Amino acid sequence: MRREGSPWRGLSVVFVKELSDHLTSARMLVLGALVVLTAGAAVYAAIQQIKDVSAEDPFLFLRLFTVSREPLPSFVSFLAFLVPLMAIGLGFDAINGEHNRRTLSRILSQPIYRDALLFGKFLAGLSTLAISMIALWLLVIGIGLWAIGVPPQAEEMSRSFIFLLVTIAYGGVWLALAILFSIVFRSAATAALVTLGLWLFLTVIWPALAPGIAQLVLPADDPAVPLIGAQVLARFSPSTLFGETVLALLNPSTRTLGPIYLSQMQGAVMGAPLPLTESVMIAWPQIVGLVAGTIVLFVIGYVIFQRQEVRA
Amino acid sequence: MSEAVIEAHGLTKRYGDAKAVDGVNFTITRGEIFGLLGPNGAGKTTTILMMLGLCDVSAGTVRVLGYDPMREPFSVKRRVGYLPDSVGFYDNLSARVNLRYTARLIGIPLEERDARIADALAHVGLADVADHRVGTFSRGMRQRLGLAEILMKRAEIAILDEPTSGLDPQATAELLDMIRSLKHDGVTVLISSHLLDRVQSVCDRVALFQAGQIALIGTVGELGREVLGGGYAVDIEAQGNGLKAKLAAVPGVRSVEEVGAGRLRLVAESDVRAESAAAVVNAGGRLLRISVEEPSLEVIYNRYFQGKSAHGGLRDAA
Repeated sequence: MRREGSPWRGLSVVFVKELSDHLTSARMLVLGALVVLTAGAAVYAAIQQIKDVSAEDPFLFLRLFTVSREPLPSFVSFLAFLVPLMAIGLGFDAINGEHNRRTLSRILSQPIYRDALLFGKFLAGLSTLAISMIALWLLVIGIGLWAIGVPPQAEEMSRSFIFLLVTIAYGGVWLALAILFSIVFRSAATAALVTLGLWLFLTVIWPALAPGIAQLVLPADDPAVPLIGAQVLARFSPSTLFGETVLALLNPSTRTLGPIYLSQMQGAVMGAPLPLTESVMIAWPQIVGLVAGTIVLFVIGYVIFQRQEVRA
Repeated sequence: MSEAVIEAHGLTKRYGDAKAVDGVNFTITRGEIFGLLGPNGAGKTTTILMMLGLCDVSAGTVRVLGYDPMREPFSVKRRVGYLPDSVGFYDNLSARVNLRYTARLIGIPLEERDARIADALAHVGLADVADHRVGTFSRGMRQRLGLAEILMKRAEIAILDEPTSGLDPQATAELLDMIRSLKHDGVTVLISSHLLDRVQSVCDRVALFQAGQIALIGTVGELGREVLGGGYAVDIEAQGNGLKAKLAAVPGVRSVEEVGAGRLRLVAESDVRAESAAAVVNAGGRLLRISVEEPSLEVIYNRYFQGKSAHGGLRDAA
């Protein structure tokens, strides 16, 4: 028995409304200002460092993103921190906000399905995130051009562009998680706190905890086993996946993201950069992992939302 | 005027073992104002949500304008306007922008949109504040904005869930007037409420809900006859001899009771003030005062459920 009509009916209406809400909200203004200020500071520090240290680097432009100067962390580290914050800020009250404003049953009594409402909200959040990230990316490249005075090569542009896409996917994971909790918890404050708590756990505590767990659980006959185990565990955190992807993309000399035996290094020219496709291949599982995580979290939220009571 | 627009047969909603709505049957015909009355938690809102396809039906069927809300929700939702219990709007947007969002969700063509929104807002008296943020609106204004949404939609059926709860008497009276005008425009109206007396004045027929079941259904007069044995109570103060017998002979009077010196209470099927006055005067009596108490839903309701629980108590005792 099919239900009538398309599940996408009204999607664009919801999308446009949510996008305009996001772009005009005070919340986004504050988050945007925060991101621009901190990222600007990080890039400025990176430029100083680059000017002081090297002129010989073939990938000078990519250093803009990765180089840090005390006491500031690099631009990439800032993003790894701020993108989840922004994504959670965009999603934590997506559905429970409609419940609490008592608008949900009114909206759903119009001829649309819940699919359109949820997907429209997710797409609007992701687009807001993408718009901010693209603006930031262009800003950084512009500042780099102006300050370093060396135009980027095509490969540097391609690498940084793929980095931009991965950053958006990374934001997507946290957005999907925030929306999931906005469906599960009726109180927006609870949803925000739980999402932020999980984010802190996965970003700060889990990578530190993973080696200990691996050592406890796995046999230590071969010293490589706990090491690999720890890495597998750590990769359950989107932050680890993002960090590894960034490493492979923005450091062309990265040859592997896991431990390797010395025998595997035979014949390798240390420090020689890999071509772009090879770097992408190295980080491919991580990139797929981020996208898959987004989809899985969204689907869980979708299923719960379909079964949820509409009434306030 | 007897075309059925909403039909429910054995409509049931179970949550686990609990039955929120238990085998409800009713038919609502085009153009009437139907009241769904009963205490909070009696299953009114659940019944409404099932009619809109916003809640699964556990058993039984419901048809709205001939459509199945579960399988053909768009056909139902396009033709039915819903004003939820304490309706909410986006507070940061103006009344007009809120309606524009709904209008786009409904799919009202662009060229008609603004005119229909302006008409609807003018109709509910919100034209002056159309561009104010809804956050500044009082509860009564929000309810009216909800009605404006239904008007804009040009719905054939308006379902109003607790439209008057939390409103002051003046706002309630205004809202009830607007509901009457909906009926004039040919809209079938379904009102759910726990405030029996306020809603009674606008309803053509009512269904009394109790614990997920419809206890009574019919016009207020019918319910009055059924439960109170006569809907209207006429109080007469008169002096004269043999008035009691004369009054008992008036057509429509069920019983006459002497409640004090020269004070009589009639229970009748209709308003028999004119006939009773004539009877008193014809009998040579002096009529001092005559008044009528229309059957109140509240009285009917309380009497019915007191009766029920008394019977229940007896059965328990036995």
